[in-house]
Amino acid sequence: MAISYDKIPNNVDLHTNRKVQKALEAWQPDFLDWWMEMGPEGFQQDDIYLRTAISVDSSGWAHYGYVKMPEYRWGIFLAPKQAGRKIGFGDNAEYEAWDQVPGEYRKELRRIIVTQCDTEPASVEQQRLLGKCAPSLYDLRNLFQVNVEEGRHLWAMVHLLHEYFGRDGRDEADEMLQRRSGNADSPRILEAFNKPVEDWLAFFCFAMFMDRDGKYQLGALAESGFDPLARATKFMLTEEAHHLFVGETGVGRAVARTAQVMQENPEADPRQLGIVPLDIIQKYINEWYSGSLDLFGGEDSSNAANYFGAGLKGRFQEMNPKRFTDHQALDGFYELDWVEDGQLRSHQIPMRRAMNLVLRDAYKEDCLRAVKRWNKSLEKAGLEERLYLPSQRFNRHIGVYAHQPFDPQGNFLSEREFDGQTSQWIPTTADLDYVKSLMVSVTKPGEFAGWIAPPAKGLNGQPLNFEYVKFVNA
Amino acid sequence: MEATQTALEPVSFETHPDHYKHLRLEVDGPVAKILLDIQEDGGLRPGYVLKLNSYDLGVDIELADAVQRLRFEHPQVGAVLVTSGQEGVFSSGANIFMLGCSSHAWKVNFCKYTNETRASIEDATEHSGQTYIAGLNGVASGGGYELPLACAEMYLVDDRRSAVSLPEIPYLGVLPGTGGLTRLVDKRKVRRDLADVFVTLAEGVKGKRAVKWGLVDGVFPTSRFEEAVQARVEEVAGKGHPERQGIFLDALQPEENDKEVRYRHVHLDLDTALRTATLTITLPDSLPDIPAQARDLGADWFPLRAFRELDDAIMRLRFNHPQIGLVLLKTRGNQDIILQLDAQMDARREDWFVHEVLLLMKRTFKRLDYTAKSFFAIVDQGSAFAGSFYELVLAADRAFMLDEDGVQIQLSVMNAGTFPMGNGLSRLATRFLGDPEHAQKMAALRSPVGAMEAEELGLITIAADDIDWDDEVRLAMEERVNFSPDSLTGMEASIRFAGPETMETKIFGRLTAWQNWIFQRPNAVGPKGALSLYGRPESPEFDWNRT
Repeated sequence: MAISYDKIPNNVDLHTNRKVQKALEAWQPDFLDWWMEMGPEGFQQDDIYLRTAISVDSSGWAHYGYVKMPEYRWGIFLAPKQAGRKIGFGDNAEYEAWDQVPGEYRKELRRIIVTQCDTEPASVEQQRLLGKCAPSLYDLRNLFQVNVEEGRHLWAMVHLLHEYFGRDGRDEADEMLQRRSGNADSPRILEAFNKPVEDWLAFFCFAMFMDRDGKYQLGALAESGFDPLARATKFMLTEEAHHLFVGETGVGRAVARTAQVMQENPEADPRQLGIVPLDIIQKYINEWYSGSLDLFGGEDSSNAANYFGAGLKGRFQEMNPKRFTDHQALDGFYELDWVEDGQLRSHQIPMRRAMNLVLRDAYKEDCLRAVKRWNKSLEKAGLEERLYLPSQRFNRHIGVYAHQPFDPQGNFLSEREFDGQTSQWIPTTADLDYVKSLMVSVTKPGEFAGWIAPPAKGLNGQPLNFEYVKFVNA
Repeated sequence: MEATQTALEPVSFETHPDHYKHLRLEVDGPVAKILLDIQEDGGLRPGYVLKLNSYDLGVDIELADAVQRLRFEHPQVGAVLVTSGQEGVFSSGANIFMLGCSSHAWKVNFCKYTNETRASIEDATEHSGQTYIAGLNGVASGGGYELPLACAEMYLVDDRRSAVSLPEIPYLGVLPGTGGLTRLVDKRKVRRDLADVFVTLAEGVKGKRAVKWGLVDGVFPTSRFEEAVQARVEEVAGKGHPERQGIFLDALQPEENDKEVRYRHVHLDLDTALRTATLTITLPDSLPDIPAQARDLGADWFPLRAFRELDDAIMRLRFNHPQIGLVLLKTRGNQDIILQLDAQMDARREDWFVHEVLLLMKRTFKRLDYTAKSFFAIVDQGSAFAGSFYELVLAADRAFMLDEDGVQIQLSVMNAGTFPMGNGLSRLATRFLGDPEHAQKMAALRSPVGAMEAEELGLITIAADDIDWDDEVRLAMEERVNFSPDSLTGMEASIRFAGPETMETKIFGRLTAWQNWIFQRPNAVGPKGALSLYGRPESPEFDWNRT
């Protein structure tokens, strides 16, 4: 199938880049097949009010307009090249940034890019059924915006594989379209990306926590000594901001609605009022936040040390002098308590090996800020309950706290104490069923489901009752 | 020591009997004699004295040269006597002080080179009709006994004093490094318990017991020794090969500087920053037909000259450029020329000269196999990897082939067993060990093969089109040169030699593994190690843990 390169927005000279053309000729049709099979179910012919990245110009990088998702113009953009950029950290610091994959680090870069890349299509697959119960057209459109942009991030990472990793890269790019979230034989790489996102509170938590992990991973890669990776991820961060906004305000609007209804009906059982009770919201936070911590990898990680030492993956805002002045991190330790011989004991992790933790701490600060904002609406409604982030030790599956009986406050319990209380901390089947019962499709412009507050304003200057999605069969 | 060994003058592997310091080569009709008369102050490097006919690399370069010249310049010779020109001692082996002050890499390469010289002696005996016989007119210890082990027969003077011995273990805490242990039991078939006694007996075994244990083929008293050995050599030589008329091997005299070594057909480019080298063989535009007397082609004949050059270049890479980890193998020219050459050589195999050239090519390919560097064959536009030159692709650790019109490889009869590896199999048979039928099919394949098909058939490793080519090769190169060189050496030595074990694979394999290991261990080279303390008043102290 001939591809019209004019239709692919890009700043990578696609017209003359035979290497990427050759790769795309095989890959692009497969991508479209994948999108039709695994993309949002049921809305492929509808007109969605979407933004499309059309340049890297910060003053006007995106274009808004109605588009059918399969006709979305997925493009390839790298943030502008900084002339003479040097590697900023690690053992190769002060050498010129690499324009090509250094053979010495081929395997590490391949692993980093493949792992990051795989999460992009995975999240689209996880969210594919949500359209059927969207609480408003505004939210439905946001879901699709996130989906098509995850698709574009897939393109961005696949471009790196195509351009810089030769045949192996093309094979890896093909596998991105062959793995399937949750498929027993061909699952997505990271476990967190193999469970479906089945309700909208889960979707907002996903966008809040998992996508925010993405922001920090991309931020760390934006410091990479491998310049094309740094430039690709930098531009991806521009789009990612909206995903985080969708997540943070989505949870916030559910909290606000619950606060408002509870304020109006102080004595009533929230389950009778068609809202999500705060304890269930807290359980969602517990589950999704703890899951997102696993995405950062082990607390004590030789891979993290190698990536930092080689100059492949930095810390968040590595080159911001207010954050970091020592770009070697050869001295010092990260002190962390974990269980040894049945007791919590202090341990020292050499700093480079603790890079996952350092990145995670920056992420945690960001999450705390969002929780604070949610709690404002509880405060305003005169409620005493507050939401919080669980301890980093709680409900972990990776790292030094994996599969250990910690409560959300971080207390080390006996297995028995722990097993008896998990239903208070993690959504039960009944909780999930209840939330699902609230999920009704609202498709009239300007209307919102009863469990969620409307947003403060519409998108791109449009009013709330704007027709963000035009149904073809309406 | 590491620094001094490499900072010195690069080693040259070229010499001539007129310039020998340590050997005398005497040829008398069908009989030749190599006399070891090693000059004590004639060491290749400063810091040691070559006492008691002990040798260093310089001595072995002369020995290798003599064996080569006997093949090409004196092909009429039927038997070669190797004996000593010094009183009371045949040879006391590799010089211990030389080993003591050498870098590890030097020691290992030295052992490897001497092994290859011994193997070429056996090759001459087996395939060139030149039987080597050792006349041990004095003590033969260590490497001084391993040299006769490489000969077809050896005779020891029975003077109640001269013994044969392998005293490396009792004296030095290392192993005999030139195949001694393997040849003892595999070639001479000495019983293992007797071998056990022998190799731990520092003073060695002499006289009748040496004969009884099979350590030597016979003993003669001093008064009769020379005469008896000479008689045996003449008997073995018979008339020799009077029909063979030798040629003169002129010096290669390459131009050499830090960046390259340039021969007539072979060009070695060095990239010291990336620690890689490129070996390019360029074919002439045309080749003469093989005349009735093939030897009339002389030393200028392309395959002889080119493979002498290639051999020399490999040696220089090993000794003079230890930091180079990866060598790209390239060819340039019209591959039809090679195919015609192969066809003519095949038709004229019975001619001694053609036969000798094929043997030289075989040994040179083996040098590649045994070299502790990675080899990537680069089959690109203008290359000529056909027939005997396709053997370079088979010898390489990986082969990259450009998928483009005009880039082809082609096999010939020469790939079907003319150049066996140390394991006794052709490289093609070794490559397709799991599928002998496919190996046979490939051996019979005569049509030119493009990149995609070559990859499909397993004749190359990776086919890449012009879009991918640069990246595929560059990435593979950069990645390769950044792996641990020790692990690569071990890995390559492990996977290059699939298939049956032979005396030769045992010798080289065990050198790579055991001797390398022992040479690194504190029990040998630590401050209290046996090798370090040899010749000094202190006794070694061992770590008694067995692994």
